[in-house]
Amino acid sequence: MSVLVYTESENGSFKKIAHEAVAYAKGIADTMGTNVTAVSVNGGDASELGKFGASKVLEVSNEKLKNFNAEAYADVLAQAAKAEGANVVVLTSSANSKFMAPLVAVNLDAGYVPNVTELPSSTAPFTVKHSVFTNKAFSNTEINTEVKVIGLGKNAYGVKENETSVTTEAFSPSLSDDDFSTEVVSVDKATDKVTIADAEIVVSAGRGMKGPENWGMIEELAETLGAATACSKPVSDMGWRPHSEHVGQTGKPVASNLYIAIGISGAIQHLAGINASKTKVVINNDPEAPFFKAADYGIVGDAFEVVPQLVEKLKEFKAQNN
Amino acid sequence: MKILVCISHVPDTTSKINFTDGDTKFDTNGVQFVINPNDEFGLTRAMWFKEKQGATVHVVNVGGPETEPTLRKALAIGADEAIRVNTPATDGYSVAKQLANVVKDGGYDLIIGGRESIDYNGGMVPGMVAKMIDANFVNTCISLEIEGDSATAIREIDGGKETISTKLPLVVGGQKGLVEESDLRIPNMRGIMQARSKPLSVKEPVDANAKTSTKAFEKPAPKGAVKLVDNVDELVNLLHNEAKVI
Repeated sequence: MSVLVYTESENGSFKKIAHEAVAYAKGIADTMGTNVTAVSVNGGDASELGKFGASKVLEVSNEKLKNFNAEAYADVLAQAAKAEGANVVVLTSSANSKFMAPLVAVNLDAGYVPNVTELPSSTAPFTVKHSVFTNKAFSNTEINTEVKVIGLGKNAYGVKENETSVTTEAFSPSLSDDDFSTEVVSVDKATDKVTIADAEIVVSAGRGMKGPENWGMIEELAETLGAATACSKPVSDMGWRPHSEHVGQTGKPVASNLYIAIGISGAIQHLAGINASKTKVVINNDPEAPFFKAADYGIVGDAFEVVPQLVEKLKEFKAQNN
Repeated sequence: MKILVCISHVPDTTSKINFTDGDTKFDTNGVQFVINPNDEFGLTRAMWFKEKQGATVHVVNVGGPETEPTLRKALAIGADEAIRVNTPATDGYSVAKQLANVVKDGGYDLIIGGRESIDYNGGMVPGMVAKMIDANFVNTCISLEIEGDSATAIREIDGGKETISTKLPLVVGGQKGLVEESDLRIPNMRGIMQARSKPLSVKEPVDANAKTSTKAFEKPAPKGAVKLVDNVDELVNLLHNEAKVI
């Protein structure tokens, strides 16, 4: 019996969501009176995971797994779960986790619940709360299988430290050619930009910016804050910004600590997509914009005046506080 | 090439979300149902394969008779045949099991679903179907080309994209990018008339026990009023000292 957690890494170091996932797994393990085993595929320094509550790290080191491959990774995780006799397998809401979790669930004949927002309210029966209807509601769902697969929602639990003594063990999964029947040919990823998925702060802009040529100030604001940039649906539909920046019900969900919306009126679909963000700020010249009802802080004003002022003020603030 | 597009019947994105029966059921009162947007991008891409590469396109839904108008709409957009598996969609696993059975019976080469449905956001059905029928799988797919039995797909990853080479049979979890928003088709009168006479078969379900069940829904706690500020100094001060996010 144990709680198994997948710890995502990039270029040999663990991502922040891996720390959060371990912390969450530790929360479950404590209520069930068991321990956390982490699975690390070509990952970072295993002792790092002890800080967040892992008792054991299964280290998989395999050149064939250099690129993420959902089928192979899912197989690794399922084999590890069987070897450890895990009752609960924790993944996250990253693109890779969401890709592999359904495969893991079928492999383990397990019920799978994604977008989980808190620790289980009960472990027998196993009941978890998760967001549905794109954050417009939550469902308390019971998983009735022996093994449970949980997808932790974005930024839902927080990175909680829980120093635990940790051992490492090499784990060699048996992989066949079938595991590699999809092959990654090339990866196109901007390495110098903060992604919406990882960002603690997201700066998002809409039609109020009047045209793609005016995005300079949005990017400057994002850069000042170390934030990712995002946009509303009309802006991506008109091709002002790439689809990958579209936030909302049919775009990306955002669950950042701070979401700043500039010149976005706040259509219901957009608000649903950003609902899981903790603090929301709106800057809009229309005081009747629906976004003001969803926001925590608002400035009624012209973005073309307010944003440059905000950039200046933040630069000053950063200079004083660093 | 035989394509199966899996269609989820979901509330329109503008719907107000309410629950009935002691918060255990979604309140469909006054709700307009549509083809799940992520599925519609896939369906439109399937139409391209039909028109340019001579593919046959079937659509399928797991649900009661109330979902048939949504399937008829898919037929009006251009699908050749529709199948409804006559059982309520209880959880992702049981739906996937029904779909896997439809795929086995129909001998499909390419199965297109949406990255997730906009109601329950499970995002698990395409992957589960792929695993159950032992097909290849690409999720969050934003571009798809098929040549013979080879497929080239582009997948959105966190902060970028990757190009994947694989073979049919293939299951795809699609989203915007497979086609553009402006490529989506509104059924015309001719399509709607034709859809009436296209086959819509009802298939009885296989045994599939749900692995998860909803005990109760809840809505987010009501939000406090917005704090309006009139200058950026105050905003930065509040973000730092009150919200503690910068």
